[in-house]
Amino acid sequence: MDTLPLTLLDALSLAMLLFLLSAGLSITFGLMRVLNMAHASFYLLGGYIGLAVWSRTANFGLALLAAAASMALGGGLLYGVFLARFSKEDEMPQVLLTFGMLLIAAEAAMIVWGGNVMRLPPPALLQGPAELGAVTYPRYRLFVIAAGLAMAVALSLLIGRTRLGAMVRAGVDDTETAQTIGLNMPRLFLLVFGLGSLVAGLAGALGAPYLGVYPGLDFDVLLLAFAVIIVGGAGSVEGAFVASLLVALADTLTKTYVPALSYFSIYVPMALILAFRPRGLLGRAA
Amino acid sequence: MTRPLAAAAAGLTLAALLPFAVPAYFVDILSRVLVFAMLAMGLNLLAGYAGLPSLGQAAFMATGAYTAALLIRKLEVGFAAASLAGVLLAAAVGAVFGLIALRARGATFLLITLALAQSVWAVAFTWRSLTRGDDGLGSIPRPELGWLPWPMADARAYYFLVLIVFLALLAAFAVLVRSPFGLALQGIRDNEQRMRSLGYNTWLYLYTAFIIAAGYAGVAGVLRAYLVGAVVPGWSQVDPSAEALLMVIMGGPGTVIGPLVGAAIIEPVAEMANLFTRHWPLVLGALYVVVILGAPEGIVGWLRRRLPARASRPAASERPSEGLAAAAPGEAI
Repeated sequence: MDTLPLTLLDALSLAMLLFLLSAGLSITFGLMRVLNMAHASFYLLGGYIGLAVWSRTANFGLALLAAAASMALGGGLLYGVFLARFSKEDEMPQVLLTFGMLLIAAEAAMIVWGGNVMRLPPPALLQGPAELGAVTYPRYRLFVIAAGLAMAVALSLLIGRTRLGAMVRAGVDDTETAQTIGLNMPRLFLLVFGLGSLVAGLAGALGAPYLGVYPGLDFDVLLLAFAVIIVGGAGSVEGAFVASLLVALADTLTKTYVPALSYFSIYVPMALILAFRPRGLLGRAA
Repeated sequence: MTRPLAAAAAGLTLAALLPFAVPAYFVDILSRVLVFAMLAMGLNLLAGYAGLPSLGQAAFMATGAYTAALLIRKLEVGFAAASLAGVLLAAAVGAVFGLIALRARGATFLLITLALAQSVWAVAFTWRSLTRGDDGLGSIPRPELGWLPWPMADARAYYFLVLIVFLALLAAFAVLVRSPFGLALQGIRDNEQRMRSLGYNTWLYLYTAFIIAAGYAGVAGVLRAYLVGAVVPGWSQVDPSAEALLMVIMGGPGTVIGPLVGAAIIEPVAEMANLFTRHWPLVLGALYVVVILGAPEGIVGWLRRRLPARASRPAASERPSEGLAAAAPGEAI
């Protein structure tokens, strides 16, 4: 059987997780210029919390909800308590502070959940394969693709069509002016940061059934998310979406056809973008 | 004697006497402090003077270390040539990465340097036939300088070799940042647009600084390889890069001596945490948080603001009220 359709589906399901992971990062980075290294910890902890809730309740939906809600809270706390004090130009302190948080979160997770790869079983309804014409593909991954697409549409509408989104876009383009015309930027920042963390936590739990959750996962996904931001450009949901597709495609294709080079897959799209369009495909922030 | 001279004399005396006051194991930690201070010094040229926060500096350290180690172990090249090649290749990798990374500034620059550094890790990790992958390269001998009576296997003798190299790099750095080149870098940091309109080729200045910083990291890597006797792919990962940036911030970005101050505090703390608890990342992580919240302007910057101004610092004496306000009590470190 031809492996290409399967590879493309694999790329698509990875792309959806990548998108959920990096959409929040792209917005917070574009809006506030906060480069939050601990964003990857939200993904990791989202996975672990999803697992913990599932193992007690055996309820997959509840596991997703708990992962999302707890990470929204964690993100709000991280921003409100630690990050709100820094100005936009303080990228070095922010990065180092959040890197410290990443180290702490990773070690804490290691202490609580140990060093093995853990997997969250998908709900019974989504287990097993599905027939898609000539292709047989795991049902759960199709669910992830559908969920990712739905979230992409929802986030795109939220940013592009709602009042909140208009405020966010104004903040991305020019924070000072937005502030001057009376928008409450600190509150908006807190809200957006919490939302981005929520989606990252959700992505962690959604990915747990097939990528697993393990120590070091946080840094693995962080690098991919950074590649997405560089390629897609900061501050744009659509940019993050397109870039997630490209990065996931490059990653999956190299892993399938040239596994020796799988660690280098992200550098080709990254270098090309930087050579020809340094702001990223759809980057808003200058 | 002026204060800077007195401080330098005191520092030198301390650096010369300290290794005789502690056991050999701690002498190796002192050497480590100097090695990381060299890495952070190069990074300070970027992050502190040129306004380019890099989070991939360790990649050049690893490049220097691997190059020297491979040349010595596989080709039996002499120490001087192997060390020089390590530094040059680190600078050459810097020249390539600089082309890519300098397409961006600020936080995006930081993101790109991190990603690029990870590619050096990937090379070291996957090219098993050359680098032995995750096992790393071991049994790297220390340089033997025949004309010296002390063998470098002795921790103190090697410490003094590292110290001499460090002092040379420090002196070069002090000259560099006061030169027209260094002043132009600081101008670019403060306002790149203006420097460009003044006719400076700002890109070339930043690119040169990037390569010099990579060279400093290369020196640190070569000396670290001899110090430890081994090199592993982890040397190019984000952890040492972030540690170096923390040293710069903690000591005081844009100060000549700041990175050494940062390294002298962070390295021993990290080493002790490693010795006493299995969960040392918790200690290290907390250290990041405490340093960033506690000393946002760096220790050297803080000291400068606190010490009473002298006539040699016109900016402070012109506005005594500011000096008073700065010395007001209630400042938390």
